Amino acid sequence: MFGVLLKRELQLLNRKKSELLNPLFFFLVVTSLFPFGVSPEPELLAQIAPGVIWVCALLSILLSLDVLYREDFEDGSLEQMVLTGASPTAIVAAKAAANWLLTALPLIIMSPLIGVLLNLDTNAFGAMTWSLALGTPSMCFIAAIGMSLTIGLRRGGILLALLVLPLYIPILIFGAMTVNAASQGHDYLGHLALLGAALALTLSLAPWAAGAALKVSISE
Amino acid sequence: MDWTWFFRLGSPKWFYQTAGRWLPWIWGLTLAGLMTGCFWGLFIAPPDYYQGELQRIMYIHVPAAYLSMFVYVVMAVSGAIGLIWRMKMAYMVSISCSPIGAGFTFLALATGSLWGKPTWGTYWVFDARLTSELILLFLYLGHMALFNATDDLKKADKSAAILAIVGVVNIPIIHFSVEWWNSLHQPASLTRLEKPAIDSSMLYPLLVMIVSFKLFFIATLLPWIRNQILWRERDTQWVRELVKS
Repeated sequence: MFGVLLKRELQLLNRKKSELLNPLFFFLVVTSLFPFGVSPEPELLAQIAPGVIWVCALLSILLSLDVLYREDFEDGSLEQMVLTGASPTAIVAAKAAANWLLTALPLIIMSPLIGVLLNLDTNAFGAMTWSLALGTPSMCFIAAIGMSLTIGLRRGGILLALLVLPLYIPILIFGAMTVNAASQGHDYLGHLALLGAALALTLSLAPWAAGAALKVSISE
Repeated sequence: MDWTWFFRLGSPKWFYQTAGRWLPWIWGLTLAGLMTGCFWGLFIAPPDYYQGELQRIMYIHVPAAYLSMFVYVVMAVSGAIGLIWRMKMAYMVSISCSPIGAGFTFLALATGSLWGKPTWGTYWVFDARLTSELILLFLYLGHMALFNATDDLKKADKSAAILAIVGVVNIPIIHFSVEWWNSLHQPASLTRLEKPAIDSSMLYPLLVMIVSFKLFFIATLLPWIRNQILWRERDTQWVRELVKS
């Protein structure tokens, strides 16, 4: 069931290429705003780079959610899927997985480029890629909870940010700490392990919470 | 075991009347407790060896911080009861908790930063305990915002309950943050199993304050719940008669 749903999501997203590219452009544009806004000095940029990359990645993922959820809700296909007996848990898990594959993965691939732009220490590139690889799936699954809760609301967008961002803070902290530790030449495996633990927690619990929320949202 | 008391709790009318009868007593106990605790803590208990009179902020800060977490757990558990047994009273309790909990969280943060300025030299640092407490405040705000975002009460109840349950992850993080990370904040002085790391001359007024804060929580929670009952049951016979008289 999960495989079929995932295939559907990937196919649908694949046909909306411009919507897929938007979060990536956002990521690129916003990160390159920081040198203008803060200071173009290489040392300062290198210092703030880990945090900037992580915060921008987080916001890009938040922006990529509407295509996945709201359109399906508005044209009624979400409701039809639940009516045909697909479990809401599998639906949201497939959506979160598709979200990760088509938004977060390109973002991770793009992140070294941003690192170069922001003069990130070369030792930290590996840590940045690994921390994003472990942290972004948790963010996609937490976003699935927030999206399922707010999908039926008229002004869901701003509320989504209010609900989801507090839950992102721990991931953001560990993610940025990993990159920071690496750029200063410290050992960063401990922070990565915590990110992995957060991923295990969200993977095993978030789909069920999101599924329950989805069921509430589409019952009218 | 006799469960009738539990099911009677589910009746809004019974709850409304009983809560109304208990409220004056609870308020009386709360005020007596708060006055005793404040007087004991502020005048009788000895000042701290290092911090002097400053340390007396503890008698407000610690109970407020403790209650901020306690209220969240009450909110999440009653939300879960509502989802599992579909008790509408449980939802009303859950919804009524968040404004009060947000108040306690704000109080804990405010007293903490006032305490931090003279002792740590700063009002605010982004360390583990302070950040996780701030997240708790955001969770309360999100809970209130989500509940108020829709007019469909049933949906709002359930969504808010799910959000409350998801946010419970934060509670152990707050509690253990001072042990897991190097924090400016001191580790807990009160633990259930070990001998408390605080002298009994300070411990007893603190305990009085914690108990009175809990009573204060109940005393403010009940009117919120009673308002919810009146609002939600506004089409029933007994509420109409009550409002008319």
